[in-house]
Amino acid sequence: MPMTMDLFVFLVLALIAIASAVGMLASRNGIYAAMFLVLNFLTVAIFYLLLGAPFIALAQVTVYAGAIMVLFLFVIMLLGAEKLPPTTTLPYQRYAAYVLGGLLLVEFGYWVWRGALTGVILPPPSEYNSMAGIQGMSKLLFSKYLLPFEVTSILLLVAMIGAIVLTIKQKGGRG
Amino acid sequence: MVPVSYYLVISGILFAIGAAGVMIRRNALVVFMSVELMLNAGNLAFVAFARMHNTYSGQLFVFFVMTVAAAEVAVGLALIVAIFRTKNSINVDQMNSLKG
Repeated sequence: MPMTMDLFVFLVLALIAIASAVGMLASRNGIYAAMFLVLNFLTVAIFYLLLGAPFIALAQVTVYAGAIMVLFLFVIMLLGAEKLPPTTTLPYQRYAAYVLGGLLLVEFGYWVWRGALTGVILPPPSEYNSMAGIQGMSKLLFSKYLLPFEVTSILLLVAMIGAIVLTIKQKGGRG
Repeated sequence: MVPVSYYLVISGILFAIGAAGVMIRRNALVVFMSVELMLNAGNLAFVAFARMHNTYSGQLFVFFVMTVAAAEVAVGLALIVAIFRTKNSINVDQMNSLKG
């Protein structure tokens, strides 16, 4: 395959995504881990743009990189326990995790390598990644997927109540 | 254009790193971040397949996954704060009893 501009952008982004994921895994400090994760979310958002999904890309930036990570950082700073001493009750667990993670990767690579998933992306139809694409998506959201959409609102309400109930401080008791 | 399989490979690598993170790290917050990484990898595969089949359903499913992830993080972080209040630690190795 010739080295096109698309492929170049993809490879650079892939490198950043994997490096930031490994950095999140390896950093001792919780705040650094959160920052690496923000970087990873941003690169995944650019992947979405490359795949012609601008709405999902912007939702990724606002919901994941914005709201969720701010929540994470807030809790890390609130607890003030971002650094844990490297103690473990299962000494062999780290190596077992490497082996299992590698096994998962090999299994996945086998399925990709077997050629079951080598469809080449076709050039997009003209409306796929434009405003008309967002219109088509929202039409689908409010017609075919209306029930899941409404269930989502109930889920968010329940999550909000749950978070409040879990962290509320009771008088004289433990919260 | 970049083939779909490249995106799937990236998605698989990110998922494997997230799974390893859940198993390796003892900080409950970092374990949560690894779970988010795995959700993200799944989302990437969803969008790649949606692109392959030229359908919006995959993108809408990613939208729903994002909402579920937001709800999960809100409740999960509330749980971590509650556990920290009783145990004064967020080491997952010490969360071995149901009674506080």
